[in-house]
Amino acid sequence: MAIELKMPALSPTMEEGTLAKWLVKEGDTVSAGDVLAEIETDKATMEFESIDEGTVGKIVIAEGTEGVKVGTVIAILAGEDEDASDIEVPAAEESSDEVKDVPGEGKDVGRDGDPLDVDKPASKPRASDPEVPEGTNMVKLTVREALRDAMAEEMRLDDRVFVMGEEVAEYQGAYKVTQGLLDEFGPKRVIDTPITEYGFAGIGTGAAMGGLRPVVEFMTFNFAMQAIDHIINSAAKTNYMSGGQMRCPVVFRGPNGAASRVGAQHSQNYGPWYASVPGLIVIAPYDASDAKGLLKAAIRSDDPVVFLENELVYGQSFEVAQLDDHVLPIGKARIMREGSDVTIVSYSIAVGVALEAAAELAEQGIEAEVIDLRTLRPLDTDTILESLAKTNRLVIAEEGWPTCSIASEVVAVCMEQGFDHLDAPVLRVCNEDVPLPYAANLEKMALIDKDRVIAACRKVTYKD
Amino acid sequence: MAKTSTSKSSESTQPATEEGAFPLHSLQDALEKEKRFKPSDEQLMHFYEQMLLIRRFEEKAGQLYGLGLIGGFCHLYIGQEAVAIGLQSALDNDRDSVITGYRDHGHMLAYGIDPKVIMAELTGRAAGISKGKGGSMHMFSTEHKFYGGHGIVGAQVSLGGGLAFAHKYNEDGGLCLAYFGDGAANQGQVYETMNMAALWNLPIVFVVENNQYAMGTAVRRSSAETEFYRRGTAFRIPGMDVNGMDVLEVRQAAEIAFKHVREGNGPVLMECNTYRYRGHSMSDPAKYRTREEVQEQREHHDPIERVKKDLAAAGVEEDKLKEIDKGIRATVGEAADFAEKSPEPEANELYTDVLVGEY
Repeated sequence: MAIELKMPALSPTMEEGTLAKWLVKEGDTVSAGDVLAEIETDKATMEFESIDEGTVGKIVIAEGTEGVKVGTVIAILAGEDEDASDIEVPAAEESSDEVKDVPGEGKDVGRDGDPLDVDKPASKPRASDPEVPEGTNMVKLTVREALRDAMAEEMRLDDRVFVMGEEVAEYQGAYKVTQGLLDEFGPKRVIDTPITEYGFAGIGTGAAMGGLRPVVEFMTFNFAMQAIDHIINSAAKTNYMSGGQMRCPVVFRGPNGAASRVGAQHSQNYGPWYASVPGLIVIAPYDASDAKGLLKAAIRSDDPVVFLENELVYGQSFEVAQLDDHVLPIGKARIMREGSDVTIVSYSIAVGVALEAAAELAEQGIEAEVIDLRTLRPLDTDTILESLAKTNRLVIAEEGWPTCSIASEVVAVCMEQGFDHLDAPVLRVCNEDVPLPYAANLEKMALIDKDRVIAACRKVTYKD
Repeated sequence: MAKTSTSKSSESTQPATEEGAFPLHSLQDALEKEKRFKPSDEQLMHFYEQMLLIRRFEEKAGQLYGLGLIGGFCHLYIGQEAVAIGLQSALDNDRDSVITGYRDHGHMLAYGIDPKVIMAELTGRAAGISKGKGGSMHMFSTEHKFYGGHGIVGAQVSLGGGLAFAHKYNEDGGLCLAYFGDGAANQGQVYETMNMAALWNLPIVFVVENNQYAMGTAVRRSSAETEFYRRGTAFRIPGMDVNGMDVLEVRQAAEIAFKHVREGNGPVLMECNTYRYRGHSMSDPAKYRTREEVQEQREHHDPIERVKKDLAAAGVEEDKLKEIDKGIRATVGEAADFAEKSPEPEANELYTDVLVGEY
């Protein structure tokens, strides 16, 4: 069978090129790997190699021809059992066989799909927190204990769950979150790693691909920047890239955000970074009940989860329902305090700030509704918009930089979907847009506080 | 100094071997004693068929790329066939896992995965093994314990460490074969992983497919230590220096390495010296090496020609080989037709497989 040699595309964007030189002539015998011709593109001169064995039957495009379209037949190769002189050259029209952009044929590069043809998945009503039965005993737990209890309970339930990270075992956790786990579960399941974030994040992610349920602790999320490639490129994208074959049920957890006087490199909120990535779940709880219920949900999730804690909240105590299995829904915000005049949207440590502000605002005659987002991705926009429809004014309190923040995202949601309900511009109350300073006075100035939240709420309610 | 470890943690962090019994050279010594695997005629024929399938498949993929049917990046395995076949033919596919980088077509074909679904992935069709959503660099088959297909240079090594961790954790007796190139061998996470793999005695074989060039940068221009098999020394990982152009030597090395790992001795670092005939990807100007160098490799070191000689020595007739070649060409032709004709993914696939759960 004669083989048509066509003008090759030598890069994803090449459409045509110059057939600079033929290195064979009609009647020559060629074998795989022989260079047949030199082809010039706008970038480089490339050698065009034969893939087949045979005899050059006919050279269709002469050397020196410019603007030869990709896919044009440039020569005919006769196969082993053929006589080269018998080869018929296809008609000229056929030979200038330009790559056609036929929908469904995939011959183009970067064709846009028609967005109108696509059914976007409808957003489903989000699950509510399960009812706590009346008479349930409430216990005071620190956030630290709640997180530890969540891991311990899930480890008892599922042998595949293990914890790895720096100082999680013998040291009992750099912030004592994993206290006691080594004693109960032993070194097989509570694993001290070397200081090697990129490596152990990769090993944790790979172990999840291999069917385990790793909880990877970062001593703080500042150090996870060394490992962010695995969180995003390996953990978040693999399910999609594999057409749904590859699961990666890993939890990356650790303290996030500003601590106390530790300077710029140890003080940053990564919530907005991770929340921008499709394929990840991002959770940032505030109180002990949510910390426990959501960490248990995170460990059970089949998706990769970034679980952002806060060092300054670890030691705070909150009431937690004493239930056999306290699991909360991922993706559902929580109304921490009801109010009618203004909505304060917040998450993590800033929820405490928002609640303090709301208490003081109440004394001033302003009833603020405080929403704890709890999950940053997927974001519970319904709860935000329902509250906005009620209060018509909204402020976001976020312990983090303002630019490209969760606050920015909530503003966008309000503009796009809640515009008709707005009686005032949505305001962001975030940290100052500077690296966090060390000096006590400057650090205090840089971080959000209740007074700034109060001022913003008074502004949107036109009290000032 | 031996590491100090308390009794509590010794279970998981005991060094692989006692001081003084470090088997740095023992695997290489074993290979030197008997360099080539002695296959049955049937095995040898099977190696030939598999290597030829990879060669023809990749040639066809190159053609389809040239026709614009394959987009983006496309890295061909031509010249390196003996590595995947020599190693993977020695695996226990019921237990063992494999992970590699972006030059992954050959490793998938080595499993006997239908060339059609691989080629259809290259053309971005719904019938592709990743539903057309992964492409050349991102292909997986969890059914075969093949975990990709990773586009970030070196990332597969840490992930492979995790797969090996899971083998050990589950006590399933499996090992992980983690391939990477001479380019990836300079990534930091490779050594982070070697450290932990040795520290935790993980069942993993690190394989450097040294095809001499990281894109266009020759090994000697990128690497202070060009003998990659030595690079495990700092972690007490024994190294093996293997001719990656001889499938029987690779297979022999695999037998030795896998045995070592399965006996609970921790990781092995194997360097397979091979050669990539084609460019790094399809858009490679080939200015960093001479045509003569490539031709020399093809003419004197080709792994398929080598097996052909072995087959001839075993008395296999030339006609028989021609018949096989014909069959493979037909298989690859069918795969290309299938990949060209099957439909692109449905538009709603845009939104599927982002998350597993509903929240």
